[in-house]
Amino acid sequence: MSQGEVAATRAEVEDLFYLEADLLDNWRLDDWMKLLADDASYYVPPNDKPDGDHRFTLFTIADDIVRLRERIIRLKDPNCHAEYPPSHTRRLITNVRVGASEGDLIPVFANFVIYRYRRAEPPRVFVGHYRHKLKRVGGSLRFFERRAILDAEELGALGSVSFLL
Amino acid sequence: MLDQTRSNFHGMVREDHSAMTFSVKREVFVSPEVFEGELRALFDSCWIYVGHASELRNPGDFKTRNVAGRPIIFVRGRDGEVRALINSCRHRGAIVCREREGNARQFYCMYHGWTYQPDGSVKSVPGEDAYAKPIDKKEMGLMPVPRLEHYRDFYFLNFDRDAVDLKTYLAGATKYIDLVTEQSPSGKMEIISGTQEYDIKANWKLLVENSVDDYHLIATHATWVNYMRNSGVNMTQPKDSGLLLPTKGAGKDLGNGHLTTDNPNYRGRPVARWISLYGEDAKADIDAIRKELVTRLGEKRAARVADTNRNLVVFPNLVINDGSSVTVRNFYPVSATEMRVTAWALGPVEETEAQRARRLHAFLTFYGPGGFATPDDVTALESAQAGYAAWRDVEWNDLSRGMAKNDEQTNTDEGHLRTFWRRWRDLMEKQT
Repeated sequence: MSQGEVAATRAEVEDLFYLEADLLDNWRLDDWMKLLADDASYYVPPNDKPDGDHRFTLFTIADDIVRLRERIIRLKDPNCHAEYPPSHTRRLITNVRVGASEGDLIPVFANFVIYRYRRAEPPRVFVGHYRHKLKRVGGSLRFFERRAILDAEELGALGSVSFLL
Repeated sequence: MLDQTRSNFHGMVREDHSAMTFSVKREVFVSPEVFEGELRALFDSCWIYVGHASELRNPGDFKTRNVAGRPIIFVRGRDGEVRALINSCRHRGAIVCREREGNARQFYCMYHGWTYQPDGSVKSVPGEDAYAKPIDKKEMGLMPVPRLEHYRDFYFLNFDRDAVDLKTYLAGATKYIDLVTEQSPSGKMEIISGTQEYDIKANWKLLVENSVDDYHLIATHATWVNYMRNSGVNMTQPKDSGLLLPTKGAGKDLGNGHLTTDNPNYRGRPVARWISLYGEDAKADIDAIRKELVTRLGEKRAARVADTNRNLVVFPNLVINDGSSVTVRNFYPVSATEMRVTAWALGPVEETEAQRARRLHAFLTFYGPGGFATPDDVTALESAQAGYAAWRDVEWNDLSRGMAKNDEQTNTDEGHLRTFWRRWRDLMEKQT
């Protein structure tokens, strides 16, 4: 694929987003990991520096693949108190767009609304947009870089980001 | 007969030296009256953290934040001086600076158009001739807080004009702030960009306790311990030691309600103790940082700086965690049952890109709303708060660990927590 060409259709990218949302909402985290490239990373920038670089800016989450694997181990552990019992989440993914390729990376964009419910806690709504980079592994689209950017001015009443955005 | 001189806040902290027990009434975590009392007895009379000099590099740089319940502009004037001004127009009160941060040539009140210089003095008043005499530019400027002082670039304000000076107030805490700043070859640390701001639905004093309570580590942070183990960090508790953690740390009273843990490090330090989590590539670099420390401070002092982890509470609501990274964490009660937390990362100004990236990576391993530990702390605190709904039925919290010991209190005892509560009691009981 040459520079600047569109390397995936929107329908294909939407399928990936919807599959991912289904896996995450159902806490099928091992299956979700299969959607990641071997060297995938996951970022949630701080609310006051949404365009920051995690090497110079304190993020909310900046996982390389090693720590992301550990995060999944943690999320599956009943000792992950913040997510035990696991939150009920429902993700709505919209406004999906596919950008022009950068080498073998395919930038994709989407808006998200994630409703999160826990017993004896107020419902929390996480609103923002995704700025991911995908790549093809054996023909299938995989996440190379996942970036979830929240719209809230500060986390405030959203509290912790203890589940996957 | 009712003693009119007695404060309403007597008897909240109970210390029994014959039974060796220390208890705190759960009412202090739920009562709106106690909360109102704290605003006066603590937040209007103690030195309260505002910000760090590094956040205001250039003349005109400002940050707006809520400090001790007041809207504050933390700003460096064109004269280079750092000020904390009340962010409220002297005319009719509107907020004159509504941005989070920036560089200001002036502050503009959008209500009637008064403008102020970055040093707070009045710049212009529309239709000034309607007043009997010209506006006194200095007198009618944005109100500065009564007292503002700093220790090694950490700025604190005080609403009590008669308070002792900051350094006297900080007492033994200064030595622990020194251990933080000595990590920089020039003694200059900086707040790194990116702010973590989140609410906890729990009383603010629970976060004071939690920040220095090493007793909770193994239970609350089981998944973090597991992560450390998976990364090759030795998390074993020495056999027959009676220890709950890999090394024996201390809990210390620093005077005036300040307290700290002081623990031999086992979990790595960017300055300067390598662990496998950093990767083989980082070894030589961390050795070099260590070498600079030894050259500058000598072997003994370098080891003091680089081989101990310290979680410091500056009474009442500032925490500096100097561990796997350095965090500056400030929290303020919104009500008796809710607090807002603001946290930053701090690092030496001289750090290279690789060193800075390593520091930030290490920070997120444990700390913050997306870290491997903090969300579980939040859950623990909110869970305790939920339990206090029954404060009339189950009246007391217990903080007696280590009471019977004559020697030094360990970090998993509660001696250092009792330090906080004694100071809290003394200030609250003076309140009428």
